[in-house]
Amino acid sequence: MILTILSVLLIISGIFFFFTATVGLLRFPDFYCRMQATGKGDTLGALLCLSGIAVYNLSDGFTLSSVLVSIKIMLIAFFIFIANPTATHAITRAGLNAGVKPLMKEDLQK
Amino acid sequence: MRYITTFLILFLNWLIWSGMFDAFHISLGVISCALVTFLSHDLFFKEKLSYRNIVETVRFIKYIPWLLYQIVLSNIHVAYLVLHPKMPIEPSMVRLETELKKDLSLVAYANSITLTPGTITADIVDRKHYIVHCISKKVADDLLAGDMEKRIAHIFEEAGYKED
Repeated sequence: MILTILSVLLIISGIFFFFTATVGLLRFPDFYCRMQATGKGDTLGALLCLSGIAVYNLSDGFTLSSVLVSIKIMLIAFFIFIANPTATHAITRAGLNAGVKPLMKEDLQK
Repeated sequence: MRYITTFLILFLNWLIWSGMFDAFHISLGVISCALVTFLSHDLFFKEKLSYRNIVETVRFIKYIPWLLYQIVLSNIHVAYLVLHPKMPIEPSMVRLETELKKDLSLVAYANSITLTPGTITADIVDRKHYIVHCISKKVADDLLAGDMEKRIAHIFEEAGYKED
């Protein structure tokens, strides 16, 4: 029961960060700021959702197979943790090399 | 020593992903792990293993909770920026000097910067400067304070950094 509540809380907070990432993608003014919103909110959102699923998977009892499945889910989260910032960095660098001008705060005040 | 460590890491992964513990599957795992170890033992560890590697691993594991805490804090900051009606962002490109020398610590630092929301490493120039895009003044100030760089330098025992 406690594990179920914990997993629901984790998944809800994960969805909240996914939500802010999407809103940021729509609201932010330029390419780099949009990368900020999506690249990061997604990482934490995916991590929280996956840990929620891993915890929920354990709520029927700790057997060897369920623990193994939870470890696999956490390994997926670990992979996302490595891959997501790398991809964000690659896209940002590609944008910089292609000559996309970053919007500075002076431009925003006009 | 390198052979044994690589083999053990591979075999642990095999056990976790296969999840079947009968003799047939385990012996398949032993054969394929041994083959991969034989073919690519110099891929995981380029140099000979030493006491330092263990120290670095332990320190890196200790660093992860702090990094997670920072990620949550700054994610909340970005969520606040996104949901604020006026959207008080102040984007800027920061040129960040670094004293780090080793490949691994440069990569770990760049990835940590990108992981903490509000900052993205766009480029490394001549292994001396990072070009970082910051979304607000607060995250840029946090970055320039250099707390994270000190922690990374401590993990990989960079020269020129005193231990606390």
